[in-house]
Amino acid sequence: MTILLIFTILILISISMWQISKMFELSQTNVNTTEIADDKDNDYQGKLMFAFLVFIYLLTLFSFYQWGDVLLPKAASDHGDLYDSLMWSTFAVIFFVQTITQALLHYFAYKYRGEKSKKAFFLADNDRLEAIWTIIPMIVLAGLILFGLYTWTDIMTVEENEDAMIVELYAQQYNWKARYAGNDGVLGDANVRFLNDFDGKNLVGIDATDPNGLDDVVVQELHLPVGREIIFKMRSQDVLHSAYMPHFRAQMNCVPGMITEFAFTPIMTTEQMRQTPEMIAKVKKINKIRAKNSKDLVSKGEEPLEPYIFDYILLCNKICGASHYNMQMKIIVETEDKFKKWMSNQQTFAQFIQ
Amino acid sequence: MSTAVTTEEEVHEHHHKETFITKYIFSQDHKMIAKQYLITGLFMGIIGIAMSLLFRVQLAWPEQSFKIFEVFLGKWAPEGVMDPNVYLALVTIHGTIMVFFVLTAGLSGTFSNLLIPLQIGARDMASGLLNMIAYWLFFLSSVLMIASLFVEAGPAAAGWTIYPPLSALPQAQPGSGLGMTLWLVSMAIFVASSLLGSLNYIVTVINLRTKGMSFSRLPLTIWAFFITAIIGVVSFPVLLSAALLLIMDRSFGTSFFLSDIFIQGEVLHYQGGSPVLYEHLFWFLGHPEVYIVLLPALGITSEVIATNARKPIFGYRAMVASILAIAFLSTIVWGHHMFISGMKPFLGSVFTFTTLLIAIPSAVKAFNYITTLWKGNLQLNPAMLFSIALVSTFISGGLTGIILGDSTLDINVHDTYFVVAHFHLVMGISALYGLFAGVYHWFPKMFKRMMNKNLGYIHFWITAVGAYGVFFPMHFIGMAGLPRRYYTNTAFPYFDDIADINIVISIFAFIAGAAQIIFLYNFIHSIYYGKETTQNPWKSTTLEWTAPIEHMHGNWDGEIPHVYRWAYDYSKPGKKYDYVPQTVPLEKGEEELQH
Repeated sequence: MTILLIFTILILISISMWQISKMFELSQTNVNTTEIADDKDNDYQGKLMFAFLVFIYLLTLFSFYQWGDVLLPKAASDHGDLYDSLMWSTFAVIFFVQTITQALLHYFAYKYRGEKSKKAFFLADNDRLEAIWTIIPMIVLAGLILFGLYTWTDIMTVEENEDAMIVELYAQQYNWKARYAGNDGVLGDANVRFLNDFDGKNLVGIDATDPNGLDDVVVQELHLPVGREIIFKMRSQDVLHSAYMPHFRAQMNCVPGMITEFAFTPIMTTEQMRQTPEMIAKVKKINKIRAKNSKDLVSKGEEPLEPYIFDYILLCNKICGASHYNMQMKIIVETEDKFKKWMSNQQTFAQFIQ
Repeated sequence: MSTAVTTEEEVHEHHHKETFITKYIFSQDHKMIAKQYLITGLFMGIIGIAMSLLFRVQLAWPEQSFKIFEVFLGKWAPEGVMDPNVYLALVTIHGTIMVFFVLTAGLSGTFSNLLIPLQIGARDMASGLLNMIAYWLFFLSSVLMIASLFVEAGPAAAGWTIYPPLSALPQAQPGSGLGMTLWLVSMAIFVASSLLGSLNYIVTVINLRTKGMSFSRLPLTIWAFFITAIIGVVSFPVLLSAALLLIMDRSFGTSFFLSDIFIQGEVLHYQGGSPVLYEHLFWFLGHPEVYIVLLPALGITSEVIATNARKPIFGYRAMVASILAIAFLSTIVWGHHMFISGMKPFLGSVFTFTTLLIAIPSAVKAFNYITTLWKGNLQLNPAMLFSIALVSTFISGGLTGIILGDSTLDINVHDTYFVVAHFHLVMGISALYGLFAGVYHWFPKMFKRMMNKNLGYIHFWITAVGAYGVFFPMHFIGMAGLPRRYYTNTAFPYFDDIADINIVISIFAFIAGAAQIIFLYNFIHSIYYGKETTQNPWKSTTLEWTAPIEHMHGNWDGEIPHVYRWAYDYSKPGKKYDYVPQTVPLEKGEEELQH
């Protein structure tokens, strides 16, 4: 039935195309008309070009008005402020250039639309003009490059220090695990060879002969103390994954066979983030959408959706297979006290394998 | 050079009678090969675009049942619900087909073949035989790629970049079995085809230019095709090596890209390889590939804008210099795809620096196009509209490159929909517009008839509005933090509020997709029933329009025309007409610009 419908539609479209083109042919009473744009076409198309400029501007404004609130909230990490200011200053440059150049391009297309009686102005070269638009982008880019390299070095320089906490992020198709170093502050050696030890209870392949590993703690939910630098060591056991924590402006690939690193300091607890006005508004909007979807589900006899509460998320951001879209881990940022309390309730590796 | 021409003429006289097979199938004539590339490219384009529409349905209305899925996907869409593996396969093959088969072979293959001999004044390509073999290798690789769609477990599904280990291990996903083998073999053949084609273009441009056609008189199209071919020869072999090493890892147990892997309860034997090595090899082609796609489109645009603005292209030398600069820089920026791959952060700084430098020649090109329009006498033919729109999307898409090329900012937008929006605008849509501009502009040269301009206008406006409607809102999804290649975002309630953006995008995509039917109709209808063309319909200065309308082996009756001036003498003061063909000798005391 559907195939038939699709074919009918296709046939109808082709017929109407054919009709339209016939119509055009017939309407061209002047025998001399060609398929080359004449003054009337130029006039019409030139005006449409101007209208298109208006369309681009309106689309931009509409998008910001309608969807401005889906953008990520204020960064929840120490370096995030720097990241955000670099982002918005780059955006300022981009918007400025975009607005001006699109205006010139489409306005010229409208203003100089052709007429038979007119002749174009012969202008082949102008060294000074070209120098201007080589040098200005150079200066602007030099600024952006310097600002960018400064923040890049700042973010990517990971120095192990006493205050920092080391956490391993462990990726596999299709879930995440986190490993804490325990009381000794050192992660035990690990390799995929050990994954089958202890009847599969060795979840991230810790080397049981390494004493540093015995007090390590492996969990499925990432808890982080606020205000303390966290040094992440990333591993993967099968394919490439990418640990993406958008609210912290943090991301690093997890590569089988090597350990990658990323470090940041969370500065807002989950609770604090939930209380920001923008997050309250966002959650309200999401729950409105969910309530509406639930109604549809209930009418179909299915379970309604649960109301949404904000939590930081860790997503997989490198294609890794069928359930790539659902490879996630909850991140909870809490006060140092709460974190310690939570940690004291976790089993160490030594306890877990017994 | 002259001896080569005479021998070729002799050859043609010997083969006076052409059979259907030598004329239409195993033709060695560059004009016929160009048409073969174009039609194969368009066919692949239909498949590539249709795939994108299928997965746009899934993205807008996730996990719902659609009859259309059952029709096209069969058992891969049980009860009309698309399988996640199939979603990944669709995005993978969509990317592969559009980048390589449509925008590399379809665009560059078509217009390099058609225009290089005609615009430099040559009888044919340097080697007609190699040219023919290049096309048939391309055809073979297309057939293999299509065949991979019919494999039981599905085609390759690891993303068009096919990063190992996902692409190397059949245990990791069903698409990494026979489907991936076919993908790799198909691409290896594609690379061979591309190399044969590119070598031919380079040799032809260097050796077979007609008398007077110095490099400084070459039209910008030829400059673009020439430099593109050089980039191709430099970078495509590296993709071939990556593909071969991956084949070895997959089939012969080597460990170039694999190490320490545990999958499905089993420790694999691979030791010491690195997936990051693959990323380096892939992007050493992958990034120049962007310019292999884009430069021919920009070359076509230069030609179409100058002709239709009735003005010389502004800053010819700067345009050539920026093509050269872009080509050079394109080979030393690949690392910007790998800022967060685990590569040393210091390398990230270097690649940020080289990457952002590309903005300078790109800006020069954009400003020069805009200045070319200034005070022109714009003939707004469909080709011209597509060219102007190309400049528009090139700017919109290029500007966001400043964000993605900056290693710091890349951290949080890497692999999100922001990237998807960026590269679709700057290379996908721009290059497609270049392809359309080229087809509308040179259709009379290829098929001796004109395309219907009104259908062209309708096609253009729906496409232009649709393209911005699809890719502008997509930036917002990316800025919200949504990763690409997600089958659905319903697994994250946090993203529930972008569901309506996805619906808007999909609707625009369907509208823009439907507009391509108008183009196809116009294209096919005009081949048979279009208005017959005059010899130089757009009043252009370049050599191809001095060749007779009726195609012949060797392009020109009698002697090849000589060239006396550059290609952009439009509206030159003191001339009777607003264009002076390159074949008209300079008058006494007339100055030729650019020398």
